[in-house]
Amino acid sequence: MAAYMMLDGNSAAVQAIKMAKVKVISAYPITPQSSISEELSRLVRDGSLDAKYLRVESEHTAISAAIGAQLTGVRAATATSSVGLALMHEVLNVASGCRVPIVMPVVNRALASPWSLWCDHQDTMAERDSGWLQLYCENVQEVFDFVTMGYKIAEHEDVLTPIMICLDGFFLSHSMQKVLIPKQNEVDEFIGDYVKKNTYLDPLNPMVINNLTSPEEFTEMRYQQKDGFDNAAKVMDKVFLEFEKKFGRVHRAVEGYKLEDAEAVIVTLGSMSGTAKQVVNMLRNQGKKVGALKIVSFRPFRSDLVNEMLKGIKRIAVFDRTAGLGSQGAPLWHEVCNALEESNAVVKSYIGGLGGRDISLETVLNVFDDIMNNDSKNKSPVWIDLKDNAMDIRQVKKDA
Amino acid sequence: MQKQQEKHMEKRKKYRILGPVALGFESVKTGSWRLERPKVEYSQCVKCGICEKYCPVNVISIHKDEEECIQFIWDYCKGCGICENVCPKKCINMVDERGEK
Repeated sequence: MAAYMMLDGNSAAVQAIKMAKVKVISAYPITPQSSISEELSRLVRDGSLDAKYLRVESEHTAISAAIGAQLTGVRAATATSSVGLALMHEVLNVASGCRVPIVMPVVNRALASPWSLWCDHQDTMAERDSGWLQLYCENVQEVFDFVTMGYKIAEHEDVLTPIMICLDGFFLSHSMQKVLIPKQNEVDEFIGDYVKKNTYLDPLNPMVINNLTSPEEFTEMRYQQKDGFDNAAKVMDKVFLEFEKKFGRVHRAVEGYKLEDAEAVIVTLGSMSGTAKQVVNMLRNQGKKVGALKIVSFRPFRSDLVNEMLKGIKRIAVFDRTAGLGSQGAPLWHEVCNALEESNAVVKSYIGGLGGRDISLETVLNVFDDIMNNDSKNKSPVWIDLKDNAMDIRQVKKDA
Repeated sequence: MQKQQEKHMEKRKKYRILGPVALGFESVKTGSWRLERPKVEYSQCVKCGICEKYCPVNVISIHKDEEECIQFIWDYCKGCGICENVCPKKCINMVDERGEK
């Protein structure tokens, strides 16, 4: 029988990694991911996880070693955050291009500068074209469930694409919640042992992996990755259903909340989705027809589902936890706009919750207030929780 | 050594692999980089072999008994033009790869 545990998001990720029986861990600590790498090293030391723990000197090496390890035919684990993910950037693309299906929890934290330790989606958004799948978690239970399902999705022979499980720094990584953890044998039955399906390192069967590839073949290999993403959408839906059947919890690539008769909808990513649902309930009690749409799978972006679920909705607020500097709007807004077919809806980009600023009930209420009542034709993004003194936030004294 | 490797590889079955992978070392066919190609005026050639010696990628061979007495491996000739430069009889000329103008 499954048992309830009190876990924070990082511990839930560790629990899922442990139950996937990884054989090699190469992680480098970074706030707010540190407790993942620390807890994994403790499990290896006390013998409860039979794995080799590599003490690497940087995130660049952490992901490189994980790729090498996984290519020998075992599951390898690593995890990171923020500037650590940025340091991995080069090698992330090697993992996806070589089709090494690593499952990596990424604890969302702002990119420097300004230096920040706190939640922001810019780190993973900066990697949205790196060829990795990306799932965003709303709560700690989803962290465990998505990491577990991540193995089944990424390792599928039609997908063979690494996956980031994105969890909001502190809001999820360090908040304790009640989580249902299945028995080891149930997880074993669900994800099974690692089977090497494509390239691998074996002295008896030598192959040259990641060799110089001429323009003659490059396009085709990128296309293979595109095919992997197309398949990932289908495989993901299937895995969600299998998971539901086995463990009873319902997950979807895109989750609608009270959309049926909604006139205004907020589209969210990550832990803010819970707050959004709460606000929807509050406004529904006041008789306002509002709903929420939670994007779980950002890569692949499920435009088919988003278009279907937002059909007929007149006002759509897209909330991004990243600034999208210099663009017409933030990344999620772009995706939603392009997903909508034959729609004359007002779709506005809202930016907020940056660098750890709380997305409170009031923030989401302000978003709904603006999308429902502000009819201005201004299409530029709305910085919903911006302070009035933005340009005078710091003042220093200097000699005249 | 080479033969040993080839013999081993011949025994293996072919199967599909995704991504950049090779089962042996093979050089990229750099001939596709060529913008100009050397054209030889065979009647002027004295078969001295200087172009053969200077060729940096070793794609020139001299065939004294044949009418086309200088031959190139077009898969690997990058069209660098060194053969044209060193020819004492000036009988090698670089011409546009896409056809003579």
